[in-house]
Amino acid sequence: MTYALKFQDLSLGYDRQPAVHRLRGEIAEGSLTAIVGPNGAGKSTVLKGVTGSLRPLQGRIAFGGLTRSEIAYLPQQSDVDRSFPVAVADLVAMGLWREIGGFAGLRAAHRARVAEAISAVGLEGFEMRPIGSLSGGQIQRTLFARLLLQDARLVLLDEPFTAIDAKTVADLIGVVRRWHGEGRTVLAVLHDVDTVRAHFPRTLMLARELVAHGPTGQVLTAENQFRARQMCEACTGPPHTCGRSPA
Amino acid sequence: MWELLVQPFADFGFMRRALMGCIAISVGATPVGVFLMLRRMSLTGDAMAHAILPGAAVGYLVSGLSLGAMTIGGLIAGMAVALLAGFVTRVTALREDASLAAFYLISLAVGVLIVSTRGSNVDLMHVLFGTVLALNDDALVLLCSIASISVFALAALFRPLVLECADPQFLRSVSGLSAMTHFSFLALVVVNLVAGFHALGTLMAVGIMILPAAAARFWAVSIGALIAVAVSVAMLSSLSGLLLSYHFSLPSGPAIILVAGLAYALSLVFGPVGGLAGRAFPRRHLEA
Repeated sequence: MTYALKFQDLSLGYDRQPAVHRLRGEIAEGSLTAIVGPNGAGKSTVLKGVTGSLRPLQGRIAFGGLTRSEIAYLPQQSDVDRSFPVAVADLVAMGLWREIGGFAGLRAAHRARVAEAISAVGLEGFEMRPIGSLSGGQIQRTLFARLLLQDARLVLLDEPFTAIDAKTVADLIGVVRRWHGEGRTVLAVLHDVDTVRAHFPRTLMLARELVAHGPTGQVLTAENQFRARQMCEACTGPPHTCGRSPA
Repeated sequence: MWELLVQPFADFGFMRRALMGCIAISVGATPVGVFLMLRRMSLTGDAMAHAILPGAAVGYLVSGLSLGAMTIGGLIAGMAVALLAGFVTRVTALREDASLAAFYLISLAVGVLIVSTRGSNVDLMHVLFGTVLALNDDALVLLCSIASISVFALAALFRPLVLECADPQFLRSVSGLSAMTHFSFLALVVVNLVAGFHALGTLMAVGIMILPAAAARFWAVSIGALIAVAVSVAMLSSLSGLLLSYHFSLPSGPAIILVAGLAYALSLVFGPVGGLAGRAFPRRHLEA
């Protein structure tokens, strides 16, 4: 099976201090993979590396025939300024960026697709509402509608189901499974292991370094989870220069 | 009523020029002020206004009270401070507000020092508080040109700028326009402050940017409406401030900014979007 992403001895971090160290592995094209690990394990950092907003300290990410424009990224909700006066339909329409860019206008066909995406996530009637008036679940539905319009081959989700109601989680998991069914590659940072077990066939467990990667049942073991916590706790000491030679 | 509101402009060319200059600044600078406010950068605007002083002062040192020299000097100084502050933020642990504060304070001190060593207190007052009643044709052409450039540039930048404000991570993930948008916006701030400084001075120029924008926040919820309300408030403040200054012999720049301040205070109390009166006497809510 071809890969969508290949991590080649990848180190990512901030101010020379790695948040992810020497990561290796492949994400198969069309796979539905969860990234799990304790707080500070580097899960969101990996996604930022894939989007290109964070440059590798070492190593590289190989894209199996994908271009950056074929990647859709859902950041954590805290990254969205909800006090900014923008309407739901306008934020969703940004998902058409690849087609309309920064400057072209929206045509009637574009507006119809925006309405369709909003409807697909159950937000009919909210089109003109400012995003500041939405609940956590509604804002997440809005961001998923934007992802739908991006029509991407690789979808990156950073904690997509955090702090939202059970009904919204169920609806949005339905959207994720639909993407998987359409052959898109989905990589999601998640905290809830029950959700991962129930819906994600593959899991990559991180604790700054790779703990395990493979079928979810084989990765989400008590032993691996314990080891991940220990590895993260061991990383709290003062930084030192990496002495390992590249593989 | 005619004598009160129209006569000063009908009789005196300098009043018409002042009004025209203020309207140009309102159209160009106030929409930029709306984005400064929405990006929580209102005080950044104030810092940038101080940062243009040494450039204007060097222009003054070289050519006296020359419009071109002071404009070019102000633009260079403002852009240099914006770029240096941005550079320091990106390559060190210092946050942008701190690096900007450091550079603008140094700039302000250098500017006052330069003006003081060569000029008189009158010249310093000219640079700090502007001379809206002494705008000549060249200054008016400059203000109107900058307003036109600003409006077109903001229209072109509108979508990436909105996204850079609302969801910068997303913009970075779909486009390489993020840094260009940020620095183009800072350039627009500097250009408009330089325009404003000719009329209102370096200290007051930011007032016509930020006060109408802050007032508009209490009347409108969409960006388009915010800009429309802010520009209207800025124009009315300019008109009222000039009339007050004419009839009561007040300095024009502070009169305009104080009227804008009054508009802000009234909006704070009576504005329907989160104003104090609305909070004290809430209307009955709608059916679910």
